[in-house]
Amino acid sequence: MSNALELRGISKSFPGVRANDNVDLEVRRGDIHAIVGENGAGKTTLMSILYGLTAPDSGEIVVDGRTVRFNSALDAIAAGLGMVHQAFKLFPTLTVAENVVFRNEPRTGIFLDRAEAAKRVRALGSEYGLMVDPGARIEDLPVGVLQRVEILKALYRDAQVLILDEPTAVLTPQERDNLFVTLRRLKDRGRTVIFITHKLGEVMAVSDRVTVLRGGRAVAHLDTASTSPTEVSRLMTGRNVDLDSRPPPSLLGEAVLSVTDLTVRDDDGLVRVDAVSLEVRSGEILGVAAVAGNGQHELIEAICGLRPADRGSIVVGGREVAAADMAVTRESGLAYIPEDRHRVGTAAGGEVWANLVMGFQRRKRFRRGRFMRRAEVEEHARRIIADYDVRVAGPAVTAATLSGGNLQKLVVGREMSHAAPLLVAEEPTRGVDVGAIEFLHRQLVEYRSQGGGILLLSAELWELLALSSRVVVMYEGRIVAELDPAETDEAELGFFMTGGSR
Amino acid sequence: MFDQLFDGALLESVFRALIPILLAAIGGLVCERAGVFQISLEGMMLVGAFAAVAGSYLGQSALLGVTIAMAVTALFSLILGYGAVTRRGDPIVLGVAVNLLALGLTSFLLPQLFGVRGVFQHPRIDGLDRLAIPFLSDLPLIGQALFNLTIPGYLSLLAIPLIWLFLFRTPIGLRLRGVGERPASAETLGVSSTQYKYAAVVFSGLACGLAGAQLALGNVVQFAENMSSGRGWIAVVAVMLGRAHPAGVLGASALFGFAEGLGFRLQGNGLPVQITEALPYVVTLIALALARKRFQRILELTAA
Repeated sequence: MSNALELRGISKSFPGVRANDNVDLEVRRGDIHAIVGENGAGKTTLMSILYGLTAPDSGEIVVDGRTVRFNSALDAIAAGLGMVHQAFKLFPTLTVAENVVFRNEPRTGIFLDRAEAAKRVRALGSEYGLMVDPGARIEDLPVGVLQRVEILKALYRDAQVLILDEPTAVLTPQERDNLFVTLRRLKDRGRTVIFITHKLGEVMAVSDRVTVLRGGRAVAHLDTASTSPTEVSRLMTGRNVDLDSRPPPSLLGEAVLSVTDLTVRDDDGLVRVDAVSLEVRSGEILGVAAVAGNGQHELIEAICGLRPADRGSIVVGGREVAAADMAVTRESGLAYIPEDRHRVGTAAGGEVWANLVMGFQRRKRFRRGRFMRRAEVEEHARRIIADYDVRVAGPAVTAATLSGGNLQKLVVGREMSHAAPLLVAEEPTRGVDVGAIEFLHRQLVEYRSQGGGILLLSAELWELLALSSRVVVMYEGRIVAELDPAETDEAELGFFMTGGSR
Repeated sequence: MFDQLFDGALLESVFRALIPILLAAIGGLVCERAGVFQISLEGMMLVGAFAAVAGSYLGQSALLGVTIAMAVTALFSLILGYGAVTRRGDPIVLGVAVNLLALGLTSFLLPQLFGVRGVFQHPRIDGLDRLAIPFLSDLPLIGQALFNLTIPGYLSLLAIPLIWLFLFRTPIGLRLRGVGERPASAETLGVSSTQYKYAAVVFSGLACGLAGAQLALGNVVQFAENMSSGRGWIAVVAVMLGRAHPAGVLGASALFGFAEGLGFRLQGNGLPVQITEALPYVVTLIALALARKRFQRILELTAA
């Protein structure tokens, strides 16, 4: 079988880092080829080399048997490659058709042929099962549809090889399944798909072959049919990783959070949380499953004092906090790992020590009158850096220079070190690699076993199922189901999350 | 009283006030669409007025004055282009600097070149003629206001549908809007954002040159220090209020033109000049307050 694409001996160094070290890759025509690796394994560098965004130090790229040299993404597009970036490169106020034909517009005279553009989008859509209204504006469309538009964009430019960078990170389970259907259809039509991920389940579900990157090197090329998730994760991390075994139950204590009949409105005055009641007890993890935008975020904001409650009561550590601000809620015994670690969780311009003392700054031991005790604060920072394996030169480094995964560990470490009775964790493992996920999961379970109560929000259903003592499902602002993780699965959660009922 | 107020003469003064604002706002709207926050319309209009008078005086031809105004202002716009596009400077800081530079430069050159201070008037300055369109200009009420204009006047009205066609119906317009919204995305598809942004800035220079020429050779025939007197700022507001859409910008410019024209008229009816001259700015403030959310959104978009 012929190769659609080959990389031979690709190496690339950045100051202090060897991002790619003599990487070989052979992608067969018509295959779905997964590339897996931990954060920092060199996936992103390899893909930007492949797509002409970065020049390799050495090595060559072979497309259809011909050695090529890419100076820009345009060269890669011309050679028949198409990339669907993790952060979509779409124009929000333009229509779907305008986004797809951008810079390769069909024309009549000097004008854009809008009818033709719409026709081409519809034709490609029906051929590949990517139905999108060509006249819809991008900003009005959900994320799953945006991804379809990105794929259409590549197909419109006649991409024979599609490269998808972490395509499922932003999708709901249903959207992810639709994506897989599309990928198989692309394969059936003879197109080649390169699929970058660190989720093992997806590798097994959809790929034909797998290349594992570790520390910048390609450590294995495998046929998916003849490997296992355990083998792939061992190759990725260089050790055995166990993500699926469920923690033993621990002793339940007092309620650390009681929410009764809570109603919350969003900025536009719409009811987003509708008469919700729930309880988190010491020693348990309560998982909340919901498709994005079903009120779970507003629920968390209300509990943390970031958004006023319209009606109802929130009791944290025995104190009514529905009308309180964040400082009071925190004093009552709440720690909070926010979903957006960049804008909410950290101050990018501040040093690591400053970010780590945030929320503790009023504590006596860090203060001398109105001033901070730098030595104490730095000691505190060093301890969290060590305990949570934050890869950073020292407490004086600016937080903005940390990678996403390290920033996440910083936030999680800071919040857990509060040892508050209630920990609200929103997407605690988003964007971190499988090794770090395992570590953070152990920390969460340990926190619970020490008597903490955790309210856990995660878009990763397997994570909810693996960690939670109980899972509640939110749909359109209401709790529609409470399930025992030992007796349910992702399919049942997905059923309730999309409004199913019985 | 109102039937006395609203007549052909009022419409005429509305259009007199409207045309320079509209021309500058058209430049501003193209920049906004290309993602350059353009607040130097005021200064560019002033430079345009100065160059128009200088050109007309030296060549004794109004059309030469207009041409020189457009050429000089286009060159002048490159200061913002270089600073904001090539050097990626803050367009607001740069815009303020360009406005101050324009005011200082024209006030400095006025005595240097023409030996006068404050106002330069001379019989050799050739003013723009109004070209009446036969029959149409005889229409009651709107005839004189709409169909007896100078060349920049006609251009300003024609530009609205043309700019709309360009932005929303041509491939180049599509790319310009794309560059304005997500320059990085446009780059990945091989569209140079630098090129489009420069083109937009230079276009705004041409438009403001025309606006200045209309001001100094059409509305009056003279150059006065700081004669743009806030019209460029009103154009900036018109771009925001009109959501950088040609029809919206026309509507917003018409609102401000109307306020100025009406003020002019009420002055004739005995209202104190301080009140009538303040009218356009009061309308601007009210409009800004009402459109506060939109204003913030545009600022956020251009900052991104």
